[in-house]
Amino acid sequence: MLFRRGDLPLDRDPTGRFLPWLVALMVYLAALALVCAMVMNKMVERWDTGLSGSITVQIPPKQGDPTEAGAAADASLDAVIEILLATPGVISAEVLDPDEIVRLLEPWLGAGASYGDLPLPELIAVGIDRSAAPDFEELSRRLAQAAPGTILDDHQSWLGQLLDLARTIELVAALVVILVGASAATMVVFATRMGLAIHGRVIELLHLIGAQDSYVAREFEMHSLKLALRGGVFGLALAVITVLLVERLFERMEAALLPDLSLVPGEWALLALLPLVVAGIAMLTARLTVLGTLGRMP
Amino acid sequence: MPCLLPPIIKRISWALVRFEDVVLRYGAGPEVLRNVSFHLEPGSFHFLAGPSGAGKSSLLKLMYLACRPSSGRAMLFGRDVATLARRETALLRRRIGVVFQDFRLLDHLTALENVALPLKVGGQRENKVHQHVAELLAWVGLADQVHAFPPTLSGGQQQRIAIARAVVGRPSLLLADEPTGNVDDRIAVRLLYLFEELNKLGTTIVIATHNESLVSRFSHPVLRLTEGGVMAGPGPVAGAARAGKGSAA
Ligand SMILES: Nc1ncnc2c1ncn2[C@@H]1O[C@H](COP(=O)(O)OP(=O)(O)OP(=O)(O)O)[C@@H](O)[C@H]1O
Ligand SMILES: [Mg+2]
Repeated sequence: MLFRRGDLPLDRDPTGRFLPWLVALMVYLAALALVCAMVMNKMVERWDTGLSGSITVQIPPKQGDPTEAGAAADASLDAVIEILLATPGVISAEVLDPDEIVRLLEPWLGAGASYGDLPLPELIAVGIDRSAAPDFEELSRRLAQAAPGTILDDHQSWLGQLLDLARTIELVAALVVILVGASAATMVVFATRMGLAIHGRVIELLHLIGAQDSYVAREFEMHSLKLALRGGVFGLALAVITVLLVERLFERMEAALLPDLSLVPGEWALLALLPLVVAGIAMLTARLTVLGTLGRMP
Repeated sequence: MPCLLPPIIKRISWALVRFEDVVLRYGAGPEVLRNVSFHLEPGSFHFLAGPSGAGKSSLLKLMYLACRPSSGRAMLFGRDVATLARRETALLRRRIGVVFQDFRLLDHLTALENVALPLKVGGQRENKVHQHVAELLAWVGLADQVHAFPPTLSGGQQQRIAIARAVVGRPSLLLADEPTGNVDDRIAVRLLYLFEELNKLGTTIVIATHNESLVSRFSHPVLRLTEGGVMAGPGPVAGAARAGKGSAA
């Protein structure tokens, strides 16, 4: 009890008032950026595993007289399936039911829309043996010869774009986290310098009664740690609340395209690490600032 | 065991404080102390007298390492202060107790916490010191004020906290700057008895004061600074009992 109170009345400094709020804001931003990156990553993973074992072949609808067009379409469909099944590496080729296509389109067009007059393409879901995948370019050329206008989609360009997007978001998130760390450090440097100036007389006295620089530094360290931790935990709490709210909103909208926001324990742990890391940075920065400033004194 | 060291080496090694032609000026200002030479032997008790502005506080500042000589040589505990590293300075200061002329108490700490501060800084364990600190405060007559904050106390009470803080660590060297300037004569004498007790336990003491009546009441040698920061020679002016233990040269 005799030694508990700090030798420097840092609690009454103006720095104590703004630092936690700024740290809270920064941790909030960093946490949201991290969540975005994690969600994006998961989305890419899901699409990747979902799509890489399959390709889609699309035969455009024929124009003109319905009966004639129907016959022509059947002919191209048969030709395409024949080629597909004869290709090594193709495991299955399944023509999608028009109802199935309508179901797939629902997220874009809305449920219950009528597609009666809409000319729908024929879609063939092709199962691929991933270990012995055929040459898609060559296959695509042969299919187009058999049925003009046929498109082979191996999803790679779409996945590639998704992956690019995910990488960009990850990069931005990393940048935000680094910036947050750097600005936390900068703020602590300023706050600590201010504290050193405000309490110059007391620090001088501590030196005169035999305190080492590290003793003075410890006071600032603990103070910064406390403020940063307080702000960081608050910012993280706000971020978690935000994520949970958005997740709830997404759930209510039941739209298949929206990303899945639920995080696994490891990801929560990573988020929980944020305020700790920022507090650690604040502590170390305060220490180095004090030792650097005092060390330059005679 | 017989001492085989030549007398001159013995004398140098025995000086706790040794100043040789020390000059002090603040920045580019005039010389505040001029060619001050003296030495203090361990266990000695000196008054440091002189008119206001003569440089008494400045001389003490040199001794508690708050500033360094502009020229000349100052030795403390056998070390030349010019060669001390920052770390060593801190360790030496722990062996020096200082009563500052303006007290320099920490306003946000209680009397008890202020007095305990040097022990905390020195890395002592809290549970070991509480009793000692409280007793010391009682000794200087502040048993009822242990939990008071300095701004709520009188000048004399603050001064006694400052004194308790200076002696709490049993320093080898105690430097007191006008330690009785704010108390009545009865308490002043009592405080000087405290210093004498400490002196008997081996602490070397220097008390700066311009209270000549107090000086004459005790028989301790006097280092005398004249106006212009010159140490008055040839030796200790007042006092007979311990006059042999220290000298101004
Ligand atoms: N920090 C400082 N900067 C510049 N000049 C100073 C400083 N401290 C003291 N002085 C000057 O040094 C001279 C001696 O001052 P000092 O405080 O040592 O005198 P003193 O003998 O203690 O006086 P008093 O009995 O009034 O306390 C004075 O002329 C004072 O103006
Ligand atoms: Mg003075």
